[in-house]
Amino acid sequence: MSDALKLTDVSKTFPVGRKLFGAPKGQVRAVHPLTLSVRQGETLGIVGESGCGKSTLARMLVGLLEPTTGRIEIDGEALDNADPAVFGKRIQYVFQDPISSLNPRKTIRQVMEAPLKHLYRMGADERRKRIAEIFASVNLREEFLDRYPHEFSGGQAQRIGIARALAAKAKILILDEPVSALDVSVQAQVLNLLADLKREFDLTYLFISHDLAVVEAVSDRIAVLYFGAVVELGPAEEIFANPRHPYTRLLAQSAPVVGRPLTAPEAKGTELPDPLNPPPGCAFAARCPRATDRCRKQVPKLDSGHASSVACFHPLDEG
Amino acid sequence: MRAFFILLARNRLALAGGVVLALVVTLALVTPLLPLANPDVTDTSNRFRPIFSEGALLGTDHLGRDLLSRLLWGTRLSLAVGFAAAIFAASIGAAIGIIAGFYGGRTDNVIMRGVDMLMAFPYILLALAIVAALGPGLFNALIAVSAVNVPFFARNIRGITVGIAHKEFVDAARLAGLSNTRIILSEILPNVVPVIVIAMSTTIGWMILETAGLSFLGLGSQPPQADLGSMLGEARSALITNPHTSVVPGVMILVIVMSINLLGDGVRDALDPRLKSGALTRPMAATLVDRQGPVPEPTGKGLLEVQGLKTEFHVKDRIYRAVGGVDLHVEKGECLGIIGESGSGKSVTALSLMGLVASPPGVITAGAAHYDGEDLIGAPYPRLRDMRGRNVAYIFQDPLATLHPLYRVGDQLIEAIRAHRPISRAEGRAKAVELLEAVRIPNPEQRVSDYPHEMSGGMRQRIGIAMALANDPDIIIADEPTTALDVTVQAQVLTILDDLRRSRGLAIVFITHDFGVVAQLCDRVAVMYAGRIVEEGTTAEILDFPRHPYTARLMACVPELGGGKRRLEAIPGLPPVVDRLPPGCAFAERCLKARPDCRKGEIPLEPLGRRRIRCLYPEDESREVAQ
Repeated sequence: MSDALKLTDVSKTFPVGRKLFGAPKGQVRAVHPLTLSVRQGETLGIVGESGCGKSTLARMLVGLLEPTTGRIEIDGEALDNADPAVFGKRIQYVFQDPISSLNPRKTIRQVMEAPLKHLYRMGADERRKRIAEIFASVNLREEFLDRYPHEFSGGQAQRIGIARALAAKAKILILDEPVSALDVSVQAQVLNLLADLKREFDLTYLFISHDLAVVEAVSDRIAVLYFGAVVELGPAEEIFANPRHPYTRLLAQSAPVVGRPLTAPEAKGTELPDPLNPPPGCAFAARCPRATDRCRKQVPKLDSGHASSVACFHPLDEG
Repeated sequence: MRAFFILLARNRLALAGGVVLALVVTLALVTPLLPLANPDVTDTSNRFRPIFSEGALLGTDHLGRDLLSRLLWGTRLSLAVGFAAAIFAASIGAAIGIIAGFYGGRTDNVIMRGVDMLMAFPYILLALAIVAALGPGLFNALIAVSAVNVPFFARNIRGITVGIAHKEFVDAARLAGLSNTRIILSEILPNVVPVIVIAMSTTIGWMILETAGLSFLGLGSQPPQADLGSMLGEARSALITNPHTSVVPGVMILVIVMSINLLGDGVRDALDPRLKSGALTRPMAATLVDRQGPVPEPTGKGLLEVQGLKTEFHVKDRIYRAVGGVDLHVEKGECLGIIGESGSGKSVTALSLMGLVASPPGVITAGAAHYDGEDLIGAPYPRLRDMRGRNVAYIFQDPLATLHPLYRVGDQLIEAIRAHRPISRAEGRAKAVELLEAVRIPNPEQRVSDYPHEMSGGMRQRIGIAMALANDPDIIIADEPTTALDVTVQAQVLTILDDLRRSRGLAIVFITHDFGVVAQLCDRVAVMYAGRIVEEGTTAEILDFPRHPYTARLMACVPELGGGKRRLEAIPGLPPVVDRLPPGCAFAERCLKARPDCRKGEIPLEPLGRRRIRCLYPEDESREVAQ
């Protein structure tokens, strides 16, 4: 199968303490050089805790942020100019907060027409037909088109957000925590809708979430992010059941599960390393029960070889 | 738009201002049609004629010109210049502000420093300098007044734009292929216009005054052309001998500026979204209690016993029944979970107990909450205040919002203790360190003098717990305390709560939407839907065999770790809105097992085995549940 999306050494560094003139005081690396490919028709889940760089990564993938280094290829074609209008036809974004991703002063019709008008220069008749088609596929009634965003519930607004992403005819959707603002009963509706749309339009998904159970339920493969780097990448059914990286295991054990007694899986501090002053070795070493001197001095590389790849000198399956 | 006018008309002063202003503007508009003397023709033989004299209703000035005519023509000119200046200043200022706010970074920095420099000069000095450079004349005065007011608009609009430019809908517009110019015009501008209107409505009066000031100094309108400022200026020398020549234009300026300011304040109040949402109304110290029926007697069940609690929100002519009759109890050392979706009334139930629901619009209309035999609902405020924190303490979802950003966490802990008993600072500090130790904060001696922003989210929530523990309460009400936290941190916070309740015999009421958390922490659980409990019992029993269809379906919706890739069981439809609850079971609309009698009459919460359930056709216990 071909790669729908390929990242080679993509990284992002933000300057901090910017002054009016002259160089900034320091730099924070939000995403460390990252190489990743997503196959056509696949759902790649990305999990990580707050501050791990998942949103920065997502924004680079749709051209809202320019990568500091590296290359993004979509369908074998390099896109490195960070122009959302070019990215927009190939890759689209579904936002976390469905209400704030809709302009409060525009009707849903105006919102839906924008990508058709500006990306495809469609005429009025053509636009009407296309919007009707998309609305039918996300189960929204056409009478909603002349209403304003505040009249919708979170679940409906998220359907509109998905419809807008589909309107651009992109084959790849970045789903950035698409259900975390929704109630559980509505969450399942939206997740099922996403699964149906994927089959119907042959889409490729990048599903970003902090909820392990949700990611596991929708993904083919899952990448675990810690401090801006992928620490483990593997098949969804394997990664939390048989974690190889100690951080993945920590995540899996922390998730509350019905029928498992409450245990704090970690005694040491939970602080992330200081991004202005990152540790020389593995970023997780300070919290890791298996850390050795080597971990504190050298950064482990993502290593494949098993079903999953892991960035660890002492993976859990090596005794 | 209609709502705006209704709101505006409700403000009496603004309405009066609007009426007066409309009158003045109409007069100014029809001036050329009125049978008035020529305002510029001098007639020195008739100078300084008093008010109400023949042929000159308001008298004449020092050159014998008709004052009424000059007043109306002058008003016309002053209003035109004032409005024009306001429009100029608003458009240029808004353009600068939007560009600075939208592009940010260096563009923003350079533009805003320039604006700061303009603001550093006293405005009248700046206006004088501009007129001095351009030469006197009404048009140059207009330019000066506009230029002086540009920074005010630029700063205001920039602030608003910065907030909007980082909203997700702007990113969405970029991905829809809109250029920056288009984004500014079609996404940013419509959201900024109300702010521009507000800023204009409050500054027009000021600008008319400034223009009059320049004309008064002889730098604005040139003779013989009349505007209000120059009329005043010319009348100055006769102020003592013929005061009416100054009083006439003076009164007009007063009337115009007053009416514009009153109307402007009204416009601001009607347009400001914070005022509309009621965010600026001060809630009462305790929730309003207006119980119609008899107050239930305590039955002695548990440390805290809630009976028939009803809390409503009265917003305009709508009544939202957020809590529609809740019965609960919690024992010493027990953890009771309340689970439900947003809008199910779980938080309002918890807040009602200590009278913390904002009133207006909240009203407790029925029920009782007996703590140790004493009814908390309707307890006088001093008594409630004494019990808040000492007997019943709260932990909220967002620790960043509940901690004061400007005080050290230690001082905030000491303050919480001092609210209930007098202790010395040293004693307080020792107690604060002890509390931080109890919630397992590393290096409590140093951490006690940290500010909230120096701590991570997990640490801050521990401070929230420490604060709740400060006065050794018997009951802690925790409202989604771990929802904003990462999973690894959540596990630690839950462990702390669990240990505390075992070691101190605390009763915990834990509000959440997460079945996993309930399963790990709670002894008993109550499931809420549309303001009522639909099922209540021991956690193990309910999670193993949910018998209310809603509980069963809700549990099936939630993916569980270890289940693999799969399709989830969704509940179709939405929860009902609590101002239009259907008769009968609120869940019937979405329930697969609903029968006609589910939609009729009150369905009671009835015992079924060891649990209580509000359903006519509960799930069969023998059936394998959740699938």
